[in-house]
Amino acid sequence: MRVSFTVNGRRQEADDVWEGESLLYVLRERLGLPGSKNACEQGECGSCTVRLDGVPVCACLVAAGQAEGREILTVEGLADHARRRARGARARDGRPDPRTGEGTGLSPDPRTGEGAGLSPDPRTGEGTGLSPDPRTGEGTGLSPVQQAFVDAGAVQCGFCTPGLLVAADELLERHPDPTDADIREALSGNLCRCTGYEKIMDAVRLAAARQAGEA
Amino acid sequence: MDFLRPASWEEALAVKAEHPSAVPIAGGTDVMVEINFGHRRPEYLMDLNRIGDLYAWEVGEDTVRLGAGVPYAHVMEHLRAELPGLALASHTVASPQIRNRGGVGGNLGTASPAGDAHPALLAAGAEVEAQSVRGTRMIPIDAFYTGVKRNALAPDELIRAVHVRKADGPQQYAKVGTRNAMVIAVCAFGLALHPATRTVRTGIGSAAPTPIRARAAEEFLTAALEEGGFWDNGRPVPPSVAGQFARLCSAACTPIDDVRGTAGYRRHAVGVLARRTLAWTWESYRGTARTAHRKGGAA
Ligand SMILES: Cc1cc2nc3c(=O)[nH]c(=O)nc-3n(C[C@H](O)[C@H](O)[C@H](O)COP(=O)(O)OP(=O)(O)OC[C@H]3O[C@@H](n4cnc5c(N)ncnc54)[C@H](O)[C@@H]3O)c2cc1C
Ligand code: FES
Ligand code: FES
Repeated sequence: MRVSFTVNGRRQEADDVWEGESLLYVLRERLGLPGSKNACEQGECGSCTVRLDGVPVCACLVAAGQAEGREILTVEGLADHARRRARGARARDGRPDPRTGEGTGLSPDPRTGEGAGLSPDPRTGEGTGLSPDPRTGEGTGLSPVQQAFVDAGAVQCGFCTPGLLVAADELLERHPDPTDADIREALSGNLCRCTGYEKIMDAVRLAAARQAGEA
Repeated sequence: MDFLRPASWEEALAVKAEHPSAVPIAGGTDVMVEINFGHRRPEYLMDLNRIGDLYAWEVGEDTVRLGAGVPYAHVMEHLRAELPGLALASHTVASPQIRNRGGVGGNLGTASPAGDAHPALLAAGAEVEAQSVRGTRMIPIDAFYTGVKRNALAPDELIRAVHVRKADGPQQYAKVGTRNAMVIAVCAFGLALHPATRTVRTGIGSAAPTPIRARAAEEFLTAALEEGGFWDNGRPVPPSVAGQFARLCSAACTPIDDVRGTAGYRRHAVGVLARRTLAWTWESYRGTARTAHRKGGAA
């Protein structure tokens, strides 16, 4: 069957989808978006967490056909999503919309080009000569939560990271100043086998503090 | 496999009548696991997500009519006052991601003895609104669970809603597991005090082939509270009464040994949970009763 839905703001169509296929499979294998990970396929690990019409869900447990016509946000679209959110918040506050570094609150890393927003990454060549792609996340820089994970050392093998990022970003959207209990609760469906949860907690606290500092 | 996407409830009933083998999928948190692991290859998968009626609830005078698709997250957020036991039970299900998708309709569809909604529904009192093109049946929750992962639905029926009695007193839910998140219950216990009728009701999970009530324990406690005038005098439940209630709850169980726990452990743990939830709910009842007395005295 054919399934069409919106991923990271872009209309997408997938053909020859098997009726029992999961949204996760369609994202990874048919739409070339391997950011969402497949570790357990039974809802236990959270590494496939995406947002379905804004709500965090395990993509491995959503039937592809159930996503028809709906909006999906994956980790690839997180930086763009965070930037729009920050812009929206500023617009609501009636504050000026700065032209550079919009909403990321990050200073770009000159070594990797990460966080450099729309400028190309000279190391990987990503984004060179291309406009940033909000669907795949290429050339869009990092969201505040992503940068905080890097800075806090909350990533080792990285397999759990995309799911944690989507869940943590949604938490901060709902709850700009979360308690430790809020963070634990929001991330209780995401397992990490290497880093240990302390650094992950640190990263979310850091992202929240930076977000508050910016507001 | 065919993927069917009825746009309305009537259409869903018609599809189910035409294809009784069609497997409804709501949150998918049970169905997709089975499909991902090849345990189930339904001929027809019928998506219920588009049927808005299933995602709404109505708070009536005596009951809440909870649409079959309403996810646990909404029960926790919006129905804590009316359905405290079910809200507590909902919070123990899996993780935020699962609670955002899965709901009571799917829990009833699967009818696992470990399903967390069941003890809360049994304790509160509930009826399952089952519909087919032939009409509507209200199935009392006590008659709904017919065997291990089996329920009273006919092949052409779907669950439209669950009518749960609104709490008229304190309710509690407790579950034994290795951690808070992502745990299938080793055993679970729901207790509801019903001061309006001066009765108590229970629900036990994972300790018998189906979710059950501990009827002898309910009758014993209801009688003991009545005889001692406890509903009026608001005195603490004597340890001997609580102990006997716990023993009768344990005795209601017919558990099995499995990887999560032995039968003996389950029987014992159900008794502990029974005593504990009785203490919590009765304390809470005494608190409200005292306030009511004070108010009454001033009048
Ligand atoms: C990681 C993980 C952890 C879990 N932990 C728990 C837990 O702690 N406690 C717990 O109780 N459960 C748990 N579950 C199981 C599951 O989440 C629940 O049973 C949930 O309530 C199912 O709801 P759903 O909407 O996702 O059901 P679905 O998977 O969509 O459906 C479940 C069954 O019900 C049928 N069905 C659905 N809607 C209807 C309807 N309207 N009419 C008739 N039949 C219908 C389906 O055909 C299917 O047979 C867990 C699952 C996972 C993946
Ligand atoms: S892959 Fe979906 S939760 Fe593990
Ligand atoms: S699982 Fe390896 S970093 Fe979390």
